[in-house]
Amino acid sequence: METVRVGSVEEFEPLPARKVVEIGGEEVGVFRLEDGFYAWRNNCPHQGGPVCQGRIYNRVLETLDAGRRSLGRRYDEERVNIVCPWHGLEYDIRTGRHPGNDGMALEPVAVQVQNGEVYVSL
Amino acid sequence: MDAAIRTASAMPVQEMGTETDTRDYLAHARAHARKAGYADWTIVDIDAHHVETVHWHEIIDYIEDPVLRHQATMYQKERIGAPPYGLNGDLGLRYQDVGGRIPHQSSRREKVDEPGVHLDVALTRRAMEALCVDYMVLFPTPMLFIGMHPQPEMEAVLSNAYNRWLAENVLSAEDGILSLAVLPFNSPDAACRTVEEFGANPNVIGFTVTSTRYKPVHSNEYMRLYRMIEETGKPIAFHAGYHWQDPSLATCNSFLGMHSLGFVWCNLVHMTNWVLNGIPERFPKLNSLWVESGLSWVPFLMQRLDDQYLMRQSEAPLLTKMPSDYMRESCFYTCQPLEKSSEVGLRATLEMINAETQLLYASDWPHFDFDAPRVIYDIPFLTEDQKRNILGRNAARLFNLPSKAGARKAA
Repeated sequence: METVRVGSVEEFEPLPARKVVEIGGEEVGVFRLEDGFYAWRNNCPHQGGPVCQGRIYNRVLETLDAGRRSLGRRYDEERVNIVCPWHGLEYDIRTGRHPGNDGMALEPVAVQVQNGEVYVSL
Repeated sequence: MDAAIRTASAMPVQEMGTETDTRDYLAHARAHARKAGYADWTIVDIDAHHVETVHWHEIIDYIEDPVLRHQATMYQKERIGAPPYGLNGDLGLRYQDVGGRIPHQSSRREKVDEPGVHLDVALTRRAMEALCVDYMVLFPTPMLFIGMHPQPEMEAVLSNAYNRWLAENVLSAEDGILSLAVLPFNSPDAACRTVEEFGANPNVIGFTVTSTRYKPVHSNEYMRLYRMIEETGKPIAFHAGYHWQDPSLATCNSFLGMHSLGFVWCNLVHMTNWVLNGIPERFPKLNSLWVESGLSWVPFLMQRLDDQYLMRQSEAPLLTKMPSDYMRESCFYTCQPLEKSSEVGLRATLEMINAETQLLYASDWPHFDFDAPRVIYDIPFLTEDQKRNILGRNAARLFNLPSKAGARKAA
């Protein structure tokens, strides 16, 4: 396993922030949210799309009232997804999981911060 | 941390958008192609798209009728805030990009600086290079709704203009870019004229019925058309589309639901009429190709029609074998979008349609549910020979295309 510097913490602003890097032929997406850094391989399990190079959207929820009637959709303010630009599959940036299919997930990459620098190991 | 630690290289494209170069967008497909060794495979993409309305101002110049051509010219020049001249469609109900999540579906505004090369030729070449395909069949996009035009004569006017514009400006520039000419199917005589005009064009490898329409394909008025197409030796294709205003589909409140059903519904109906009325018996050398409905509808319809047919054979007296036999023997299918969530279901589907000879690869690029060639390559239960058939050989046989393996893809 090799540890590689991705950049300084200051590069990851404003939030949510992301940097997609190439390391010896491997592509990795490093994301920074309010609570920390997350890193995933840039490979969508659906068809191999460049998932980490997609747009960032908050998760969409549907609100029901007490009678189970739909009140429409809204954005979840906490959960943030990366969207694969090939086909639109969404993955929670914190868990790497597809919001509608727990069995579909991104491959994690170890990420750490030391002395204001961000590193990944793979 | 060790001072000798190296720094990773930032990817040149951090976030893909509508201005991203096609070759960057599809770089992972290209990387897969290198890894898989596609250089010596013949790969034929039977269904890709361009947005013909971007060039509508060019297309209207090909309208034959001088009065309509003048009207169109004035409309394109002066009318503000309106869709392209004469074209029906669904205006703003274009939610394919899922609210901006899939930018390549929305538009391709990438930089193209190739003087003398038509934009659609340049974009198509980039997609062919990235997907590693030798031949790419281009279909229009908004015109897929033209079968619902309230003026059948305008369907013919615009289809003819489009076919001529495409042949002169795009097909002539690149022998790998092909077309299945759009038939003005609501006007059978005009459709016959399309066959007469393009039957001998080597880059027009067949003829398309845009499936979104309410005309019965078994109507006697089409028999001359089918005979003419059969005589060209080229297939007739039914390219699916949706129609959200269809009363039953109008109950769907999401593009997800409507599109899932709509792109299949039209071809379910046409195939049912095609087979039960014995069109394959009447024109045994006429091959039909069913495009962009996926595949999972085929086993359903095979079983459904077989079941009912045995009890009501007198209503389909031209048939000499089971409906599923016709669907497996004289019909060809494109794979996209390949429904693959169940390996059991996919295996049964491919066996039932005899995919080894009847299935053709299609990307549908640049649409939101496009398939790169690896959707076939990655199917675990297919042999390499079967994969090569589906990705290219079956199409090469159906359309009499010469092999180009290795010619384009060494890089």
